[in-house]
Amino acid sequence: MALILAACGNGDATDTTAPPDDDAPPATGEQVSAECAVDATDGNLNFYNWSDYIDPELITAFEEEYAVDVVETFYDSNETMLAQIQAGVVYDLIVPSDYMVAILIEEERLMPLIKDAIPNVANLSDRFTALPYDPNDEYSVAYQWGTTGLGVNLSVVGEDYEPSWALALDPELNADYPGGVSLLNDPRETIGAALKYLGYSLNETDESALQEAADLVASANVTVFDSDQYPDNLVNGEVAVSHGYSGNFFTAFDESEDPDNWEYFVPDEGGTFWTDNLAVPVNSEHPCTAHTFINFLLDAENGAQLTNWTYYASPNEAAEEFILPEILEDPAIYPDDATFENLEAIEDTGEAEILFSDYFNVARGG
Amino acid sequence: MVDSVERTAADTAVDLELRAERAESRRGFLIGLPAYFYLVLFFAVPLLIVVVYSFATRTRTGATALEGWNLDSWIRVFSGTPAQVFLRSLALAAATTVISLIFSYPFAYWIATRTPRMRAILLVLVMIPFWSNFLVRTYAMKFLMGSDGPLSLLSQALGGEPVRILFTIWAVLIGLVYGYMPFMILPLYAALERLDWSLVEAARDLYADGWTAFRKVTLPLSMPGVVAGSVLVFIPALGAYVTPAILGGGRPPYLGDYIVSQFLSARNWPFGSALSVAVMFVMLIATVLYFRKGGRTL
Amino acid sequence: MRESTVPRPFVDRLLSAHGWLVYLFFYAPIVVLAVFSFNDNSRVGVWTEPSLRWYGEMFNNQAIMRSISNTLIVAAISTAVSVVLGTAAAISMERFRFKGQRTLDGLLYLPIIIPDVTMAVMMLLFFVQAFDLFAGLTGIRLNLGLGSISLAHIAFNISFVAVVVRARLAGMDPNLSEAAADLYATPWQTFRKVTLPLIMPGVAGGALLALTLSLDDVVVTSFVTGPGSTTLPVYVFGLVRREVSPLINAVSTAMLVASILLVAISLGFQRRSGGRAGLTETDEGDTDETAQMAGRLSRVGADSGGLR
Repeated sequence: MALILAACGNGDATDTTAPPDDDAPPATGEQVSAECAVDATDGNLNFYNWSDYIDPELITAFEEEYAVDVVETFYDSNETMLAQIQAGVVYDLIVPSDYMVAILIEEERLMPLIKDAIPNVANLSDRFTALPYDPNDEYSVAYQWGTTGLGVNLSVVGEDYEPSWALALDPELNADYPGGVSLLNDPRETIGAALKYLGYSLNETDESALQEAADLVASANVTVFDSDQYPDNLVNGEVAVSHGYSGNFFTAFDESEDPDNWEYFVPDEGGTFWTDNLAVPVNSEHPCTAHTFINFLLDAENGAQLTNWTYYASPNEAAEEFILPEILEDPAIYPDDATFENLEAIEDTGEAEILFSDYFNVARGG
Repeated sequence: MVDSVERTAADTAVDLELRAERAESRRGFLIGLPAYFYLVLFFAVPLLIVVVYSFATRTRTGATALEGWNLDSWIRVFSGTPAQVFLRSLALAAATTVISLIFSYPFAYWIATRTPRMRAILLVLVMIPFWSNFLVRTYAMKFLMGSDGPLSLLSQALGGEPVRILFTIWAVLIGLVYGYMPFMILPLYAALERLDWSLVEAARDLYADGWTAFRKVTLPLSMPGVVAGSVLVFIPALGAYVTPAILGGGRPPYLGDYIVSQFLSARNWPFGSALSVAVMFVMLIATVLYFRKGGRTL
Repeated sequence: MRESTVPRPFVDRLLSAHGWLVYLFFYAPIVVLAVFSFNDNSRVGVWTEPSLRWYGEMFNNQAIMRSISNTLIVAAISTAVSVVLGTAAAISMERFRFKGQRTLDGLLYLPIIIPDVTMAVMMLLFFVQAFDLFAGLTGIRLNLGLGSISLAHIAFNISFVAVVVRARLAGMDPNLSEAAADLYATPWQTFRKVTLPLIMPGVAGGALLALTLSLDDVVVTSFVTGPGSTTLPVYVFGLVRREVSPLINAVSTAMLVASILLVAISLGFQRRSGGRAGLTETDEGDTDETAQMAGRLSRVGADSGGLR
């Protein structure tokens, strides 16, 4: 009976699906429709996205305008999404982060975008074209972006704190902070932060540098490694300094009893800027609808609606006209040029990825 | 034809009995067959895939390539770090099991000695909290244990310090015990409820006091429940990773988190597979031995 | 055989006190959860004023409503199937001896000891291969979805049910079934009228366990899910990565209330129909079990009507 349900689960018949392991991925271009006109649709959209990462009203608006259904499925991490994509599960649109786009491209899992079908791509700011993970903008379109930095409790660090990673990583400096420090539970981000503090690039793969970074993290006054609760832990007083992604801090600050007591900043030594992207898997069954949706989201007003809902920065320059001023003017969401110079994107380091993971484990006391 | 005439009555009797035994044996197998078949198809076969993957190679991008028999992952399994993580988790799981048992046994005993109507209600009352979403429940516990939370306010009202157990191992223990106690209570209850209480009465009639009667009669008879409950708590506690992450602050890393991170952030499926197989193998042996000692025959 | 002895008054009071304390422990987080679902403020932990806005948001959120229905469907199927299969496996293991039993016993324990993520990965790989094979043989294309999730849930639930029922069977007097056989009952009659009523608490306990495991499963489900079949725990798991909002509290409270109602109704039905007991072997009050059992056995004898 359950097998029947499986068959009913997705009524569409497919021609082929990508094989589960990587012996023979489909040649790029095998499944691409020759043409997708602007605003064309070829069936319902299978949209695989992070939870709570799009305004439901945008979905409804798209469904009404183009008379299709959007079937949403959700994931909580790039890697879970990757597992499904590698296994050949069929989706029309996914939202991979920067380093994941590079991986997907290398594994030939993405369909080259049909530029004619997404004219609104011109709305993107230059800063978000030709990014290192997709230098010719062939496979991805930026969706939302943000920075990683530190949130602090002003009543603990004082108004004149030095905006440096030292607040989190220097045990002599923060020994007396009640509650200590929270760092991201992410090997790349946390080891990366230590590397930046030590003056290296956050994509450094030299083992002695990584060892230095790991030792630094191990000796820091870290109470908790958490990638989800870092704003809450800060605002609740559980920790005094919190490492995390920009957007989330703001909602937490705003809703606390004393919003002015908290600040988020990108340390002077530099940090990460991350970009989430829209991409079409190579075995998508409704690529035209996918392209139309991408184009829809790239529209100035829709792009603004997205940011006004998620409180992350939009890569869409044309949308800035419609984005809430409080978001545009917040340096933590939209850092100024000087700060931006200091930011690096996380790049996939191939075989060295395991090193980051291993050193991070060691740093955590493993 | 000639042979059958020479068979004695005794031969026939033995024959019949053997046939009956074999029929019985076959019936037993057939009864369980749907379940066994299901597990072979939907568990053993997938498991073979994992075993095969443990010999695979991690490609540059973190995908898995099946190229011959690569022993790298297995060599790593026996290195220092995994052993350390494993032992740490073992200790945590053992503590969780013991604490759960200590609190669950009186509780199950209490329920088992109520009237039948009460028993049903009390049991259902036990399960209800666990029909709420596990994650949300864990966050609620986090709130309760926070330095700004109700427990803290209470302790401060009583003149003490704000409570700082969050992100310590105590918070993790409390969280794990909370999460797994029903798994201990249910088998214990099932075993206790079925007890032949006349035996306990008989012990009392023979002038044993309550405690001795318990120790020498009730406890041994309820052993299957204790064993089942312990296994159902210990094993998941060993691999737990959400609770230690949320309540323990993610440090030090425990086995659950270690294995998950191999499949996710490290994208090293061969190593994750090898680790899993090694852990399962050890746990399987331990479980089988434990059940045998607990009086279960195999 | 007598009904359970109530412990001496002093011990009894201690036990009761312990019992209620345990309930306090279990329900404290639930109360917190429910209370904050009615909070107007979107930060959990800072109380502003009572409001039903989160419930409103929940019902308007298509993704959430869909994930709730997915969760319920999968839970119902997996519990039903695994209870039947698990009980059968338990009886087979406890009451009989056959060749290869030890190996199968080990197999029965494996789903309990396997780490979640390992099972998740292996089920995903398996389904993809299996569906490919199936499509090659029959031309029918199956896809990941509620079906694959249910199949995966059943796989681990069988073992959990089996363990609980086995614990129950182990303490059961095997002479009773033998007696039934001596009275010319067929094996099926013995099962229906003797064994099953006696192991009912174990079966019910196993069912509750399976239901809970299915309702809460995150990792395995998120790997074998397909388009549109996200379940509630998976959705919530992803949601808390953004922020913990009272919306989740509202969803959890609503599901909780729904579960309570469901169980209350089914308990009510059982009382109405008299007969088969729910969690206890009888709801006809505190009667002498031997007399009951004797009664059942005599009925069994009468039913079978003589020699097989």
